[in-house]
Amino acid sequence: MPQRDIDASTPKYLRNKYAIVGVGETTYRRGSQESTRNLATWAINNALDDAGLEATDIDGMLSYSGNDSTMSPFVAGDLGIRLNFYMDVHGGGSSSEALIGIAMGVIEAGMCKTVAIFRSMNGYTQVRIGGTGVRAAAPINGDQVHMRAYGWQSAGQMFAPTFLRHMYDYGTTSEQVAHIKVAHSKHASNNPKAFYKTRSTVEDVLNSRIICIPLHLLDCCVETDNATCLIVTRAERAKDLKQPLVQIRSVVGRCCKPRIDMHYQHGPISTVAGHYAKDILWPNAGVGPEEIDLTGSYDAFTFTTMLQLEDYGFCKKGEGGQYVSSGIIELGGARPNNTSGGHLCEGYTHGMNMVIENVRQLRGNVDDSCPLRPNGKRQHTYNYSEGGCRQVKDAELSANLGWAMPGTGSAMVMQRG
Amino acid sequence: MLQGEYLGMRLTIEDVDKENRAFFNYCAQGDFRLQRGKKSGLLRYPPTTACPWSRDREYEWVSVEGKGTVHSYVEVHHAIQPAFREHVPYMILLVDLDTQKGKPSEYEALRVVGNLLTADGKFAPPEMIKKVGIGTRVRMIFKKVSDGFALPHWTIDEEAEQPATPWRYPQA
Repeated sequence: MPQRDIDASTPKYLRNKYAIVGVGETTYRRGSQESTRNLATWAINNALDDAGLEATDIDGMLSYSGNDSTMSPFVAGDLGIRLNFYMDVHGGGSSSEALIGIAMGVIEAGMCKTVAIFRSMNGYTQVRIGGTGVRAAAPINGDQVHMRAYGWQSAGQMFAPTFLRHMYDYGTTSEQVAHIKVAHSKHASNNPKAFYKTRSTVEDVLNSRIICIPLHLLDCCVETDNATCLIVTRAERAKDLKQPLVQIRSVVGRCCKPRIDMHYQHGPISTVAGHYAKDILWPNAGVGPEEIDLTGSYDAFTFTTMLQLEDYGFCKKGEGGQYVSSGIIELGGARPNNTSGGHLCEGYTHGMNMVIENVRQLRGNVDDSCPLRPNGKRQHTYNYSEGGCRQVKDAELSANLGWAMPGTGSAMVMQRG
Repeated sequence: MLQGEYLGMRLTIEDVDKENRAFFNYCAQGDFRLQRGKKSGLLRYPPTTACPWSRDREYEWVSVEGKGTVHSYVEVHHAIQPAFREHVPYMILLVDLDTQKGKPSEYEALRVVGNLLTADGKFAPPEMIKKVGIGTRVRMIFKKVSDGFALPHWTIDEEAEQPATPWRYPQA
């Protein structure tokens, strides 16, 4: 596949010119007893504290939702933020990285200086993505008839043809991808914030009930109530702020396979959007998968993590099953994935928590239970046994892979400054 | 407007949605038709407003044989939609039509969605589901929603040569 040259007027496509300077989240739980507006201001306040910024430092806002959340005007108003730019977009997975790219663009265009990106959702008590309630029984109009009238509606159901075809094309097994849940659960057991902290085994996954083939219950992510926030600004501003510098090397946002009206029309259906997105991500970053120290791969399901890691080139096409079950993706392995536990275990944020975790990893300061020094930084032991450390040693380059559906994905490479 | 109650779900096609309206109208006549782009001569599915290969907005509705091979599937054991709870386990098939398979490029096909039903239009029982997987030959049948509105579905093509063992997810 030939490498594309993106027509960007700035040399090296803004590589390392932008940084994530603040990250913040609410708790990850069920029954938040908070509105999405309240969850959003909570998360943004945490991100501002994290960055050492004030409300008056923020003049851009981006958010995403699926008709299940508050909007920027309310949140900015509540916090005393006067915006020079904002946009609330309709989106789910793959929006985190895409909005980071948009934030860089609007700052670069001089439209604003510092952007807060948030996602706020009562994903358990209000609109449940996999839920059987109100959303599942909404009237079915127009184009939706071709899917929902067939009982083809939820994420798991819509993605399953890709998962099964990958098993058919390459011999991938449920046992292999179950290792993803195992790995993420081990990571979550070292994450005080995680909703599910219990370590799972491969048998636990395979013995859990089938939701829709090939997905067992434990192949599927959690549903939680939470909000998350990232703050993006120019790297030269970041150098004056509180946290160690974490720069953005490259971004690709909502890159698609052909026939995105119905992506299964253009196969191979066992190939996902990463196949196309990798040709933007890596050339723009100026590094390749082999140089990446840790990944965040969107785990709506075990299978999505495997497909992304494969199609972005962390292993050969077809060998995703072997890659994820080899030990590489576990803390202590060569390239840990979703070190906070991800969507399978920590909480469901439509991709934000994997970005937040990698920012903390690159700062060298993840919030595990290692002892705190007087200066507020943790003394990491790198002992990854249960309840222990979560910090990747010498983490310098991370890759975040975001997933909307097999046909659409986003990604970002970050670098320790 | 096309509208009807189907399995307890309200399905609606607005009048301005002429592509979907024509598609489901033809299905109600037992005639599976797809749009053929005037410039490209290519068929596309699902209904679209322009030709995905030539961006041409001119087309004709052309009858297409409802025969194909299962390319992949979904087998739902936990229903999300209330309407489907009583039909669990049910299958959704993604079927490569024989027509235009591998065209215009190697990985493309008209991949048509439908539930696996018995020949008389009921949800396939478990013993029938067990016979169907990737590679199974299927033929199209239609289920009425209301006057002028029907949905295409799939049943096993009894006359076709079937693979000895279609690929199915290995289950205990």
